[in-house]
This record gives sequence, C-alpha cells and structure tokens, in this order.
Amino acid sequence: MLHSIPLSEPLAATFSKVGLRATSTSTIVPQPQDQIHSSKLGGRYTVTLIPGDGVGQEIAAAVKTIFKAANVPVDWEQFDVSGYTSAGDNTFQQSVESLRRNKVGLKGILYTPVSSLDHSSFNVTIRKDLDMYASLVLCKNIPGYPTRHEGVDFVIIRENTEGEYSGLEHESYPGVVESLKVVTRIKSERIARFAFDFALRNNRKKVTCIHKANIMKLADGLFLDTCREVSKEYASSGIKFDDMIVDNASMQLVSKPQQFDVMVMPNLYGNIVSNIGAGLVGGPGIVPGSNIGREYAMFEPGCRHVGKDIQGRNTANPSAMIFSSVMMLRHLGLDDHANKIANAVFKTILTGAIKTPDMGGSSTTTDFTSAVVSNL
Amino acid sequence: MFAATRAAVALQGVKSLSAKTAVRTMASQAASTMPGAFNSKKNANGNYTVTLIPGDGIGPEISESVVKIYKAAGVPIEWEPVSVTPVLKNGKVAIPDEALHSVKKNTVALKGPLATPIGKGHVSLNLTLRRTFNLYANVRPCKSVVGYKTLYDNVDTVLIRENTEGEYSGIEHEVVDGVVQSIKLITKDASNRCARYAFNYAKETGRNRVTAVHKANIMKLSDGLFLASCQEVAREFPEVKFDDLMLDRACLQIVQDPSVFADTVMVMPNLYGDILSDMSAGLIGGLGLTPSGNIGRDASIFEAVHGTAPDIAGQDKANPTALLFSSVLMLRHMGLNQYADQIERATLKVIADGKVLTGDLGGRSTNTEFTNAIISEL
Repeated sequence: MLHSIPLSEPLAATFSKVGLRATSTSTIVPQPQDQIHSSKLGGRYTVTLIPGDGVGQEIAAAVKTIFKAANVPVDWEQFDVSGYTSAGDNTFQQSVESLRRNKVGLKGILYTPVSSLDHSSFNVTIRKDLDMYASLVLCKNIPGYPTRHEGVDFVIIRENTEGEYSGLEHESYPGVVESLKVVTRIKSERIARFAFDFALRNNRKKVTCIHKANIMKLADGLFLDTCREVSKEYASSGIKFDDMIVDNASMQLVSKPQQFDVMVMPNLYGNIVSNIGAGLVGGPGIVPGSNIGREYAMFEPGCRHVGKDIQGRNTANPSAMIFSSVMMLRHLGLDDHANKIANAVFKTILTGAIKTPDMGGSSTTTDFTSAVVSNL
Repeated sequence: MFAATRAAVALQGVKSLSAKTAVRTMASQAASTMPGAFNSKKNANGNYTVTLIPGDGIGPEISESVVKIYKAAGVPIEWEPVSVTPVLKNGKVAIPDEALHSVKKNTVALKGPLATPIGKGHVSLNLTLRRTFNLYANVRPCKSVVGYKTLYDNVDTVLIRENTEGEYSGIEHEVVDGVVQSIKLITKDASNRCARYAFNYAKETGRNRVTAVHKANIMKLSDGLFLASCQEVAREFPEVKFDDLMLDRACLQIVQDPSVFADTVMVMPNLYGDILSDMSAGLIGGLGLTPSGNIGRDASIFEAVHGTAPDIAGQDKANPTALLFSSVLMLRHMGLNQYADQIERATLKVIADGKVLTGDLGGRSTNTEFTNAIISEL
C-alpha cells in the first residue's frame, strides 16, 4: 500500500513544534499557516489540472475517467499549458493563479526547450513560485510487475527550489560559463525536517543523506551538516541517520537497492536518483510523486518524463498519474476514495491480464483505465 | 607523410617529443595529432618505459601480478616504479619530484589504489596529479564480465567524462552566513578537448557513435555550452554519428536496459560522469572489475579505482583484475593492441572458467594462483 501522507492538521502542528525548537538555532522558521485545505464548496473540492505535454492528455484523461466512475467529489479546473508555446502565452499564468486559489493541483510534465533563447522550465517555475520545496517520490516494487530487483521500497525526498536549479548562469568571458549552485541553511533545514517528519509519521526507520561533500565541501557540506543537526533532534524517536556519497549511492542502488529507506538530497542528485529509482521498479509509468510546500501541494508523476515519443499512441501507462492522484486524495482527506482507487490499480496490475507496453504487454491506456474502473 | 605529421605534433608543444620516429601502427598514428596521445619512443632496449605507481594496501601485490603477466606475455615495456607518498617540500606537503619527473618523461603511468591521508593539510593526491598533468578526460569502459554474475548481463558501456572543471571546480564561498554558492564552470576549450577525445576514441574502437549526456534544458548556458561544443567537434568527424541525451533519460535507460548504449561512447561533464560511471561499475559488479584511464595533455595515467583494502593487504588475497584491465586500456592507448587483446582475453577466460577465482569473485584462490592461471592462458 502506498504510504499515506497526512498533511493537513498534523503538519501545521509539526510546524508549531518546529517554531519552538528553532528558537535555539538562529534560523528563522516561517510562521505556521492555517490548515492546508483546498477550496471546498458543498463537500466538493476544486483542483487545478494541468495535463502537460507528451502523454499528459492521455494519462490525465485516465484519471478523470476513474474519478468519475468512483464518484470522487473533485471538480477539475483544467489548463492546457504547453511547454512548446512561445513566451507571451497567458495560459501558464492563469494556471498558476488557479493553483494559488485552489491550493492543490494535479499535473503532467511540461516540456522545456533546450535553447537559452526560449523560456525556462515551467515545471521549475511553478515549484519555485509557489515554494513547493519538497519533492516526494515513492519507489516501490508493485506486486504483479516483477523487475530485476525485488523488495525495493524507498522514498526520495528532494529539495525542490534551490541547489543546481537556481537558474543563475552567465557567460563571464566568451566561451567561459559559470552556473551557480546555491545552498542555504534555511532551505536545507526545512527539507531535512520534512524528511524526518515523514519518516516519523510513516514508520520509516532510517534517513540517508545523499551528497558530494567530499568535493563540494562548502555547499554539500552545509547541506550534510544541517541534516546531521536536525537528525539529533529525532534521535530519541529511533530514526537512524546516515549519509552516503552520491556516486557510491548510485552504485549501491543498482546492486543492492533494498538497503535504502528514506533518502534526502539536494536538487540535482534528486533528479538522478529518482530516475534510477524509477528504472529499478519498472519505469516512469509507475512511480508517483508530489511537490509539497507550506501552502500548496501539487501532484505529478515522480519520474518527470514528457514522453513525447509515445504521445498520441494510447500506449502510455497511466499508473504513475493515477497513484499521484491517489496521493492527492489522501492529502485532501478523502482516504476512502484513495484506498478504493489504489486497490483497483493494484488488482489490475496483479492479475496481469492488462499490461501496457512498458510493462511488457500490448494493452492500451484506455484498456488499462477500463480495467481499473471495472475493479473499483 | 609521417615526417609532416610528426612536425605537426611537435608544433603542438607536447613536451616529451623527440625527433626520432617511433615504430607505430597506423591507428596510433592518427591519434598522435590529438593532444594527450601517446608519443614516447622506445628506449635503448627497444622497450617503452612506463611509470608504475604501486600505491598502498593491496597496491604492491596487484602491481606485481601485472608485472609478472606482462613479462610472461613478452610485452615490450620496462617499468619504473615510483612512490607518490607525500613528502615535505619547502614546508608544504607535495608529491615527490622523482615521481612527477618520471611520469612527465614517460608520459604514461599505471597507478594502484592510494590511501587517502586523514587530516587537513594533505593535498588530495588525485587532484594534484590531475592538475599537474592536465588530465582532462576520464575513460571508464564497463563490460559485463562472464563468470561474475550480476543482475545485468549485457552491459557494454563506455563513458568519457570531462575531468577538470564542471561542478568539481572547487570554487565555493559563503556569501552571507547560511548561504553558500558553488560555481559550476564550463568552458568551450575544456569541452572541445574532451569531446575531441571522445570522437577519436569512438572512431578508433569502431563504435562510431558519440552520445552527449546533459541537462541543457535546465542549465541552458553551462550544459548548453557543453552540448554546443560537442556538436561543433562532431562536424570534424562526419563518419561518427552524434546524438544527445537528457541526463534523466540516460539514468533511466542505463538502469532499465544498458544494452542500448553498447554501440556508442557517452561523453558528459564532470559530475554526471562521476555518478554515471560509478553506476555503470555497479552494474557489472563494482569497482573491483572496472578499469579507468585518465587522459592528459602531458601524460596519461591509468588506474585501479577501487580502495586499498587494508584488511586483506599482504595476504595474497587481492584481485588484480581492475588494475589488469586498466593496463589493457593503457596498452591500447600506446598502440600495443595485440598484447592488449591477448592479456584481456586470458583474464576473461580465467574468470569465465570459474575454477581459479579470488575471494571477491566468489572463489578461494590466492592472487598468485589467479595470476598464474592467467599466465598459462596467454
């Protein structure tokens, strides 16, 4: 079963605890907000939906179909933003405003052009503007879909707003480019706390910090030291803490991934590790993810691939999107619906009759969706 | 034509060049116009002199195994063993002059594992070697070893990583308390150099395809420059195909199906290269089986990247495979392909047979037995 992430009241309570504790350090901790609820009207929730590029429309359609069949009290506010548009397109701005209003969103992946003359990543902009600082990706083997590795069950918690993705680059001299990686104590501390709180609330035993502090002594050194300090506050709860250098971690992940539990890391390593993790358990079609901040939460497939090469062919695996939407339902407090849908997907995969191409079968996205609906 | 090529190389200012022509095959002749190519000549006995840095821990034992095997194979190499243990020079800790001198003279070195000195004030030995000899590209071929079973059977990747700049420039500072900035530096020159080596390597080994791995959609200027440099160099090699791959996709594909990369040479900036090359090593069974070469402008150093294993040092239990494979890489760099093939084939056969294996490969033989088995297969 996917772990639940109770995020409304308990998180606010956590932050008030954090506020008290933090006065002993000199870090300024942002004031706790009221309970994080999306707009709820007449028992129904309004959620922003951004299908995204590539296979986005297809997997979003799958989620909408399943929600309708399961009578989930969610209304979609859909925005068909695309990363292929030129600057000046208003849809993206509207979608962000909608997210600010609704506070919860479900999203596919938006394409980002490589050229520096085009816009920067919409995905990164959303995360930074709404300060959704924690990216949570669950990598777990699914019964009925065996891969090379068995017993994989780890969680990647990745700092989402700074690090290598600061976007601060310049050409100091023709042919010489500097790109800044920014690491701050405040953000490192809050992501470390998120990781430990997550471990605590979900009965996890160990938090591992992934870093390269032997080479980037100041930057990753700051991240590692901050994690260590936060770990001391949780030592009494029995959560173990250790750290591993990122290249060794990659090696361990492909040979013995079962040793990992909760992993916390800066932005870029999170990208690499989440892709490795997705590869271990069966690909980007399986792994759910979420972006969580103090005020906003946005759910998207954990392994952030656009999937342009299979766009429009009705072959995409919608499981990742469906699982992400299940995480969203838990966030909204709709646990019954969440369980029903999650169980339906698990049952579909376990029976093995309907498999999309990435799982080794030949069924279509719509076949899979129908199978899930019939298993509700 | 030979004289003209030699003159061109001399103009590039490679220090160890002499006017005498060395005996070489056509393949290495083509490579000699590239910075970092092997340019030494044979000595009075008709052998090449190669610096040997045995290293610490199991280093001396595995180096000795390599020397024995080379002697049995009749490879025209004379070893010049040196030590790189830091000495005090002018009050500062530095690598002994004798070692630096030797590597500079011979332009090729084989290095065993080095123990990391604990405590501050010790200059990182690898970093010093890298800076002194301008080691600009790191080559890491990873091929599944028959006889050592891992979850992956069909790995055959080659990774070339830019070794001097990128995220590992070491330029960091604390802007204000609690805010640290680390600079990732990408220059056109370093990227071009590394790309050029990758294309040459692809051509010479017959892979004929180069894939640049990058994250230029997020780091548009820095990785963008790296990618553009690779594209520029690609135009000089029309017979070699060039494509590029996003870092995310590369990680995903290597874990799901590494055979996709069996016909290409992957080239990438420092950090991605570090992580992906260690990951590829993990696919084939770890650093104990992985060779590594550092190509430089002034010299090239081939090394075993595993640790010194102090717990089994001196007990004849060490596995010399990594150092052997690195030496094979070195032989190919020197143009001694025939000996390279011979030694590689013998080593792979012994491991595949599975009768004489060291402890880390799952057997119970000693280093000496393993070495002798390889010698008998030559």
